[in-house]
Amino acid sequence: MAEETTIETTTTTATERAEAPKMAKPLILGRKVGMLQHFRDDGSVVAATVIAVESNLVTAVRTKEKDGYAAVQIGFGQVADKKMSRGERGHLKDLPALKHLREVRVDDVSGFAKGQRIGADRFAPGDRVHVVGTSKGKGFQGPVHLHHFSRGPKSHGSDHLRRQGSVGSGTTPGRVLRGLRMAAHQGVDRVTVKNLEVLRADPGRSLLVLSGAVPGARNSIVMVRKA
Amino acid sequence: MPMNDVLKTLASEQQKAEVPEIRPGDTVAVSVRVVEGNRERLQKFEGTVLRVRNGGLDEQVTVRRIASGVGVERTFLVHSPRVEKIEVTRHGHARRAALYFLRERVGKSATLKEKRR
Repeated sequence: MAEETTIETTTTTATERAEAPKMAKPLILGRKVGMLQHFRDDGSVVAATVIAVESNLVTAVRTKEKDGYAAVQIGFGQVADKKMSRGERGHLKDLPALKHLREVRVDDVSGFAKGQRIGADRFAPGDRVHVVGTSKGKGFQGPVHLHHFSRGPKSHGSDHLRRQGSVGSGTTPGRVLRGLRMAAHQGVDRVTVKNLEVLRADPGRSLLVLSGAVPGARNSIVMVRKA
Repeated sequence: MPMNDVLKTLASEQQKAEVPEIRPGDTVAVSVRVVEGNRERLQKFEGTVLRVRNGGLDEQVTVRRIASGVGVERTFLVHSPRVEKIEVTRHGHARRAALYFLRERVGKSATLKEKRR
């Protein structure tokens, strides 16, 4: 193994924060860092995605009595104070400025409190996780790219290279049926990839290494949840 | 901490500390871990390096040898734990990066001159 270069951890808070209670299905927010290869112990190689999960804090607790539902709000992604609106800042109060907030429904919120920490140590190698992210934008795409329609002939005066074929019958029904697949915007969708394996969990550096690919571009925000 | 540093650091943790410099045309002996049933042994694969694909952790070498009259090419991931050791036994003189022309050659014409030091 090569020399162990230590990555300094970006601690978001000077004061030590309490650990949030365990969740039945731990959830953590992170940022896609990029991909590399991973050698398993048996020597096989898998494609892996690195997720940075630093500064996950409980930012609010929703209770059945007060809000009508039980949930924990988790914040991620520290930014400069001036990057947030006064309202966002006020919601977080004394917590660091966290740009991304998500709520997780939990059965029991007892023990949860604002400011508690959620770290990568909730995941262990071998765990199966679902990852939710926003896919890369592809722009307005034609039917061939979007729905895998066949293309028309390239030559002999074809005016049909990448067009779709007929969109319906004639006078009856006299309209195009709803939901017919046509050219449309593609990408920037919420996508869930299921059952990825946790290859490495590094609480010290706040990193998760998962098997396979994860939706979205580098630096995009993803949600990792135990399957 | 910049993003690329994270990837580089994670990659370097999986990389082997010492890997000899391998160039196209070199003759190398690659010791590979082979699992037979529940027994593991080392197998040597010795031949000429046709091509080296650099890429840090993903570095690959393609080795060609003539085994029982048949040309065999194997591509190894240099940093794979299954590759126990790579020894360079001879430095061949090659003027290109991919020596695919060796595939058409047999016998003496498939050998490269020793590199002048």
